[in-house]
Amino acid sequence: MAAASLALASFGGVVQADPHPWQLNMERGASTWSHVPYDLNNISLAVCVVIGVLVFGAMFIAMFRFRKSRGAVAEKWAHNTVLEVVWTTIPVVILITLAYLATGGLTSWADTTGSQMTVKVTGYQWKWRYDYVSYMGKPIEKVGFMSKLDQQSDDTRQLDSGMDPYAVKVGDEHTYLLNVDKPLVVPVDTKIRFAITGGDVIHSWWVPALGWKLDAIPGIINAAWTNIKEPGTYRGQCAELCGQDHGFMPIVVVAKSKADFAKWLAEQEAASKKASPPPAPFDAAAAASASNSVPAVPQG
Amino acid sequence: MSYAATHDQHDDHHGAPKSFFQRWCMSTNHKDIGTLYLIFALTMFFIGGSFAMTIRAELFKPGLQLVQPYFFNELTTMHGLIMIFGAIMPAFVGLGNWMIPLMVGAPDMALPRMNNLSFWILPFAFILMLSTLFLPGGGPAGGWTMYPPLSLQSDSLAYVVFAIHLMGISSIMGAINIIATILNMRAPGMDLLKMPVFVWSWLITAFLLIAVMPVLAGAVTMLLTDKYFGTSFFNPGGGGDPVLYQHVFWFFGHPEVYIMILPAFGIVSEIVPTFARKPIFGYKAMVFALACIAFLSFIVWAHHMFAVGLPLGADLFFMYATMLIAVPTGVKVFNWVATMWGGSMTFETPMLFAIAFIILFTIGGFSGLMLALVPADFQYQDTYFVVAHFHYVLVTGALFAIIAAAYYWLPKWSGRMYNEFWGKVHFWNSVVWVNVLFFPQHFLGLAGMPRRIPDYNVAFANFNMISSIGGFLFGASQLIFLGVVIHCVFFSKKKATDRVWEGAKGLEWTVPSPAPHHTFSVPPVIHDEELAHGNVHA
Repeated sequence: MAAASLALASFGGVVQADPHPWQLNMERGASTWSHVPYDLNNISLAVCVVIGVLVFGAMFIAMFRFRKSRGAVAEKWAHNTVLEVVWTTIPVVILITLAYLATGGLTSWADTTGSQMTVKVTGYQWKWRYDYVSYMGKPIEKVGFMSKLDQQSDDTRQLDSGMDPYAVKVGDEHTYLLNVDKPLVVPVDTKIRFAITGGDVIHSWWVPALGWKLDAIPGIINAAWTNIKEPGTYRGQCAELCGQDHGFMPIVVVAKSKADFAKWLAEQEAASKKASPPPAPFDAAAAASASNSVPAVPQG
Repeated sequence: MSYAATHDQHDDHHGAPKSFFQRWCMSTNHKDIGTLYLIFALTMFFIGGSFAMTIRAELFKPGLQLVQPYFFNELTTMHGLIMIFGAIMPAFVGLGNWMIPLMVGAPDMALPRMNNLSFWILPFAFILMLSTLFLPGGGPAGGWTMYPPLSLQSDSLAYVVFAIHLMGISSIMGAINIIATILNMRAPGMDLLKMPVFVWSWLITAFLLIAVMPVLAGAVTMLLTDKYFGTSFFNPGGGGDPVLYQHVFWFFGHPEVYIMILPAFGIVSEIVPTFARKPIFGYKAMVFALACIAFLSFIVWAHHMFAVGLPLGADLFFMYATMLIAVPTGVKVFNWVATMWGGSMTFETPMLFAIAFIILFTIGGFSGLMLALVPADFQYQDTYFVVAHFHYVLVTGALFAIIAAAYYWLPKWSGRMYNEFWGKVHFWNSVVWVNVLFFPQHFLGLAGMPRRIPDYNVAFANFNMISSIGGFLFGASQLIFLGVVIHCVFFSKKKATDRVWEGAKGLEWTVPSPAPHHTFSVPPVIHDEELAHGNVHA
């Protein structure tokens, strides 16, 4: 059931799967803030293209007009104060404009106040741990799990496995190296604060659709926030070299409607309560149901 | 004839020592040591290049086909260390060794014995570092930046740290030598503001080297004591801070970036006026821009660390400071274009590489500007967008300038002309394939491919394959360069004239080709109109 609903959320056409073949540019992303880097990227690229066309255009005109083979005779001047002042000033004005835009975007990113939910993210060699700290002002008890590369990708990625990376799919989506056994499940329309740290070496938690990455550093807890607009499955990867399996510790965030999330969270809490009394003898059934009730991303 | 004193040295009566060992291993001659540096750099370029070829072969298609992930990390780490410290930096030192005394009218470097030592340290340092690949535990695999705690997991840390100490000592000695030569050994009349821009660029670079190489040595020494002597500089378990390393490292690392590009600016500032047959536009502005960039390079280091979680104020400061660098860099690019404007241009191989440098380095500068914008950098950081950016500034920037310089001065060094046809074949192959190699990496980064990964999702397959094909062909194209150089030095029948290029100006073109073993034993008499930048009023 969980798998089916998740599949619906993933492939119901809510969000385009990223990355996709021949993708040329950054995507707008899925959070309330993720348009900031996207817009800055596009604006600064446009500015660079215009400057590039002007400068390289002038160069090419010079290369065609002032060729010795066309009889060009070299002029003697080597200085023009007006010109030099102009081409020092114009870049300054452009830079101030870009800096103004970037400053606004950065300030809004840095403001983690007013969050409605907190998740602790810990990077390990080579998996992620998610601990749910609080939701809507209430502490969450004992909901936390490891999230690592899915089995099919892991089998396929072995040297000379003979297996086809194109065969690693969830529905129509190619998920080779971008799928996990247990995704991070979060609600939409909620300001979620992430407390990010590292357990051994430095990692970096990056889901492109959220618009940022932030290093997971042992001994330091970094904070960032997101507010996802659309339900969906968002994929990312560790972005800081962290050892041999750095390329094999993806991140999957599943955003659900608030109602679905509340239901999911209640199930998790119930399962952890049932499974938790430490002195009790090991309850195989409870453990199994606990692991089953975590909605795994469907495997192929 | 103002250079009579020089031309009397034709008979070369203090010629090179005849014994191979004496000539090359015991050399105190700036030209021979320059040659050694250049040969060493070329060797390292091909070794580092072979690592790059293996990396691109593994990334040719999704799935692991050739190497284990750990070895892949060794390759990326070694590729970076070898290319930066083994290829680019020694190549610039070699060019400086060869050309600075010739350009300022000095008989040799100021400290010739130290010159020998600073070169001969290098082969040992790199043998030590490369040997780790064959030791149990393998080579360094934590990236050339060696961030702890990851780098502390490496078994070869002590070897690499010692090798870096040696390279640092070599660089500092080279830098001291260059400063002493430029400040003390100029011929009478060679005022500071008449010096070639290349000499200026090296003077400023040498100060950067002296300022930051000790910082790197300190940072890696702290790694060493953390791993072997129980200190906790970077270990949070003992009260240390892994981010401290990054601050110290990049306080070295960012000026280091400019150490690898300022001499390239100098080279291009010599080549463009020669082939445009027109003095460089805004000489003083060019020199001032170099100094500005060097100063700014000290206050932008944390732009490598925007994803570390710096305070908002620090992010803003480093963003603004970084963006400022675009101004002096822009001035340089505009001035090169203005130098070409109204000139009488020909397009021999050095000029072709210099023009490609201006265009492609500027593209690398554009992506640098984009990277400076912190919110956008949150997306770009540690992706292939960054890989594309720094390969545009280091391959089509620094390396293209080095190649341009080699073509430009090779006739002066060898006394023979290289084959212009094959030089152009080398150029066109290089410039086409380098773009096939690196331009698609922008797209990969924007689509979300992290750097330093041995394998990737199938969505990244197309551009990776294109990039790999470009990489193989770019690598193969460099064999043409090797062929052209070997042909020129040993087989070319075409003698070079003293001036070599019609529009060439400056002292280095007044000595015979090949430049005799000793030049300017008597200081030349300087006539401003014969210098490249002799009549500077602006």
